[in-house]
Amino acid sequence: MWIDIRLPIGMLFSVFGIILSVFGLLGGDARYEKSLGINVNLIWGLVLLVFGIFMFVLGKSAKKAIVPDEEPEGPQADGRPRH
Amino acid sequence: MSGIDWAILLIYFVFVLGIGVALKGAMRTSTDFFLAGRAIPAWVCGLAFISANLGAQEVIGMAASGAKYGIATSHFYWIGAIPAMIFVGLFMMPFYYGSKARSVPEYLRMRFDEKTRGLNAISFAIMTVFSSGISMYAMAKLILTLHVFDGPFRRLGIDPSWIFHVGIILSALIVLGYIFLGGLTSAIYNEVLQFFLIVAGFAPLVWLGMKNVGGWSGLKSRLDPSYVHSWVGMGSSATNRLGVEWFGLVMGLGFVLSFGYWCTDFLVVQRAMAANSMSAARRTPLIAAVPKMLFPFLVILPGLIAIALPTPPVQATQIAAGAASGASAVAGGPGEGLVPYKVNATTGAPMLDKSGKPELDYDLTIPNMLLHYFPAGMLGIGLTALLASFMSGMAGNVTAFNTVWTYDIYQSYIRPDASDAHYLRMGRMATVAGIALSIGAAYMANSFNNIMDMLQLVFAFVNAPLFATFLLGMFWKRATGHGAFFGLLSGTAAAAVHHGLTLPIGGVPGIKGGWIALVHTYPSEMAQNFWTAIFAWTTCFVVTIIISLMTKPAEESKLVGLVYSLTARPQEEHLAWYAKPATLAIVVLCITVVLNIVFW
Repeated sequence: MWIDIRLPIGMLFSVFGIILSVFGLLGGDARYEKSLGINVNLIWGLVLLVFGIFMFVLGKSAKKAIVPDEEPEGPQADGRPRH
Repeated sequence: MSGIDWAILLIYFVFVLGIGVALKGAMRTSTDFFLAGRAIPAWVCGLAFISANLGAQEVIGMAASGAKYGIATSHFYWIGAIPAMIFVGLFMMPFYYGSKARSVPEYLRMRFDEKTRGLNAISFAIMTVFSSGISMYAMAKLILTLHVFDGPFRRLGIDPSWIFHVGIILSALIVLGYIFLGGLTSAIYNEVLQFFLIVAGFAPLVWLGMKNVGGWSGLKSRLDPSYVHSWVGMGSSATNRLGVEWFGLVMGLGFVLSFGYWCTDFLVVQRAMAANSMSAARRTPLIAAVPKMLFPFLVILPGLIAIALPTPPVQATQIAAGAASGASAVAGGPGEGLVPYKVNATTGAPMLDKSGKPELDYDLTIPNMLLHYFPAGMLGIGLTALLASFMSGMAGNVTAFNTVWTYDIYQSYIRPDASDAHYLRMGRMATVAGIALSIGAAYMANSFNNIMDMLQLVFAFVNAPLFATFLLGMFWKRATGHGAFFGLLSGTAAAAVHHGLTLPIGGVPGIKGGWIALVHTYPSEMAQNFWTAIFAWTTCFVVTIIISLMTKPAEESKLVGLVYSLTARPQEEHLAWYAKPATLAIVVLCITVVLNIVFW
């Protein structure tokens, strides 16, 4: 059972993105004094969310792409089907 | 740390272990466990390749060097990594991957002989255990310095003296968990995860920092010009911050040390060996080179920003306090910019260097930058990225250790003819043992700092000549096993002797060198290191050639697939022009040249 690495990456970053942006929406302007007044949680949370969804969709749509070959390939095989 | 930061950290741990659990079912043979079934696509191998190297020492160390040496630190990337990564991908991977060797020492056995493999396997195994232990120690120390665990410990009523132990045990258990379950695949997947996490945690840091100092031009105007040029002043060791002249830099760092690491270190090569095809294996280091050449912006710039900022007037030492209020909070006392002075642990007074100036604790550059700019929430991402990189640094060493132990030591010398299931079980046991030994090494580092310095010195001696052996082995069919073995030994000896005869300026004889006699003084420790490597490499190269010519060559039929002149070129006619390794290599090289010119 192989999993496409893009699925866990997509899930993790989506979760992080949601947590950060929701936390950012909750306000607390004093908190953002150190980040130059920028609500970095909201902005970066949305960036991470978009990235997470993007990876997840990629992983879902290419699910069959990384099913491994039966055995490791030799120098001549190089990605082509064996004869 | 506030609640949300803890939540982010815990979610990360759950994912890391979850990946191990999900992959458990795929670990049926030892090839699955040690080589990830040779089924990983190129881009995943490439990111793992770079991530295995991007341990926390790298992140913290390169930001520290950025604060100390300026943008010239990028030499460690643009000269000290990219050319070697291109070389290993284009010219060496056909032999590593094509020979079906399961490890770098195993390649040495196929190409040379048993004793050369044994020497490499044993020294490498010891080295990985200590590196992983040092990683563990550094992480526990950082947790202690940043008071990450202080809050929960106080609430639970546990004595704070346990924080160091808990930090070590916790990281050991997590790493053990995911490698034990999912082997190399699990380690690689987590390395890729960590790669994205580092970018996610550090990109906003650079963004905020650059905005604060007014971009690159603002940064330039705040700093001495020696900080912002990578090549200006490299003509002489006296006119640049590194204290090295261009020849020592290019030969020592760019050739000997860099090729020795990227082309022969099983820790990174293992990631390429896990690729699903020859062309994927060759593209692995080339794909890795793309983020590698951009990393200076992610890890060196924060160092420059930290040194350029005004020193904050009020300094809190507690991470908890800083996160709760909105005010700036950094660890340590006053210093230059955000880099605090090194403080004597018992007296609390700043430590002074020989000229009486206070020394700066550059290793706190990155942690202080995170604390300075990140509010609760983002801080959780930043610290998680930092802790993740410590753990994946450990995991990389442990997976390399369990493979070399099982294939190159156990299967070769202890129990040759057991079933595959037996070796799979042994691999899991070796994982447990490797982590237990790392814990031992971490405690050793805690109690005898000098022993660790000495060990790292010995590793440097052992590593310095390696690339000469591989270069001759892969490109000169006349090189023999005796030549390789004695070449390696004499190269290591030459490194030790050179170190024993020289000192960096202002150094006292001992661990810094000069323990035999003092023949030459180098302008800096870095120059001494680079020249030690150059001497070791040259000695190994010459001795290997001389002894090879004096000994009986191996039959050519046995060297097919192992030596350049006796191996068919990898076929890649079926690949589109843009997917060919050579195309990728040229693109990477061109961008590197441009970067060097821009930051000249």
